[in-house]
Amino acid sequence: MSPEQLGRLESVIADLLPSLPRERLADALILRVAPAELVATMTLLRDDPALDFKILIDLAGVHYPGREKPLEVVYQLLSVYKNQRIRIKVAVAEGEPVPSVIPVWSSANWYEREAYEMFGILFSGHPDLRRLLTEYDFEGYPLRKEFPVTGHFEVRWDADQDRVVREPTRLTIPDREFYGPDRT
Amino acid sequence: MARTEQTYTINFGPQHPAAHGVLRLLLELDGEVVQRADPHIGFLHRGTEKLLEQKTYTQGVPYFDRLDYMSMMTQEHPYVLAVEKLLGIEVPERAQYIRVIFAELTRILNHLLFLGAHGLDVGAMTMFIYTFRERERVMDFYEAVCGARMHAAYFRPGGVALDLPDGLADKIRAFVEDFPAKIDEYETLLTDNRIWKQRLVDIGVVTAAQAMDWGFVGPMLRGSGVAYDLRKAVPYDVYAKVEFDIPVGKNGDCYDRYLVRVEELRQSARIIAQCLDQMTPGPVRHENFKISTPYRKEMKAGMESLIHHFKLFTEGFDVPPGEVYTAVETPKGEMGVYVISHGGNKPYRVKIRAAGFNHLQGLDAMVKGHMLADVTTCVGTIDIVFGEIDR
Repeated sequence: MSPEQLGRLESVIADLLPSLPRERLADALILRVAPAELVATMTLLRDDPALDFKILIDLAGVHYPGREKPLEVVYQLLSVYKNQRIRIKVAVAEGEPVPSVIPVWSSANWYEREAYEMFGILFSGHPDLRRLLTEYDFEGYPLRKEFPVTGHFEVRWDADQDRVVREPTRLTIPDREFYGPDRT
Repeated sequence: MARTEQTYTINFGPQHPAAHGVLRLLLELDGEVVQRADPHIGFLHRGTEKLLEQKTYTQGVPYFDRLDYMSMMTQEHPYVLAVEKLLGIEVPERAQYIRVIFAELTRILNHLLFLGAHGLDVGAMTMFIYTFRERERVMDFYEAVCGARMHAAYFRPGGVALDLPDGLADKIRAFVEDFPAKIDEYETLLTDNRIWKQRLVDIGVVTAAQAMDWGFVGPMLRGSGVAYDLRKAVPYDVYAKVEFDIPVGKNGDCYDRYLVRVEELRQSARIIAQCLDQMTPGPVRHENFKISTPYRKEMKAGMESLIHHFKLFTEGFDVPPGEVYTAVETPKGEMGVYVISHGGNKPYRVKIRAAGFNHLQGLDAMVKGHMLADVTTCVGTIDIVFGEIDR
């Protein structure tokens, strides 16, 4: 988005939602919303003619271990008629639910299921909060920072038992520090 | 799943020829009428987002080819744009033209597969043979620039890997000149074909409001009459310098989406021809060699280039902290990449937004009330590829 467009959007937001903390990046506007106000805010963002965010284009979970509220949900909204975008962030503590935005956008359904299975973020009011991408009996939340990239279990075919067996991951190459020390 | 005495559930896929890979659909049927479709996805889940957190920015690029493996280079596009935005670098103009040419060739590649596979699903066998004839030529262009026919890793942060080899521009021009005649040939087979129309018209109707509610993008949204195309709305690379039209549908059914995609083929050929005309010689990658690969010739002679090369391919480059969401118009619609960097050589978090994910989610609403045979039409019209849905 161009700086003029962003400026216009920011002034509209400042009028309609003056209490929300805003953050302006070079090419994006970020709003931070508390879980309790989320659905009302999202409904306003969708229905106000000057905002018109009719599409929920993306929903991402992010894990920040060490923070007081380690889990964050990032919503990317798009208005095709106004050609503008906005980013909404909701931070929650472990086990604290985020209200589901399915009543606002139907597309939130799978996004929330994905954020739940990858990060363990709970969405209150979700009709069908089960795993989506990982296998049916998967345990743990793989995109959390403490989850090892090698996983906890591996499966292989056992000829003696004549079935697939599930065992703890064994690394034939020890876990090494690749590509220099981690500086992130 | 709630069952009544009249309905029964069947399992469609994951090993079904019309499932386009590994789609598993649980269909609840009342006679032959679909009451509910519950897609089970994830059979191709490779944890791309987790892997990207472990890899340097350069090493991340090839993972994107493997998302939507039918439109490879357009998948790399949002990621390299995101990294460039975080780095705050400008890409040389020639590289931008080359990217647009290959993004459009990729669109042709993808839509040809769509036509062929959609035809095959619905019963028009010949289409598959016709479209694969032209796909082969486009694949050869892929091979000429990067050595691989599919997984190119050709777009790099800061430009493209290599310049076009001698003579390739002429071959591409020859292709785009005779391609429109080929599109006419496809249309003689399908557009006015009575069986084709009977299978597609008024099937899977999506209104504009529904399409937006379900987060549909690309031809799925334009088929419902919303003229939103990122190439026009937020022009990236050199899309602002070329002329093209955005086709939109009227009724939002499978037939309109087919027509939209056919017209996009013609527009892609038009864009490529303009790019070839406007392109001038010049560098094809950013010339700060702390970020992009040094030239091979200089590496043979200069110590510094050799060090740069070694550092780049072992440690990678550092990206300043920040976050960015970039999106491009892939053949299937908006593909977005949300990158959070905390400094260092690896991203902190990458979220990939794939177009097909939302489209498949909307399938349930599309097929409700249709006959069982129309499910394959709807799956075909989504232009589904599981690499990007499962990630």
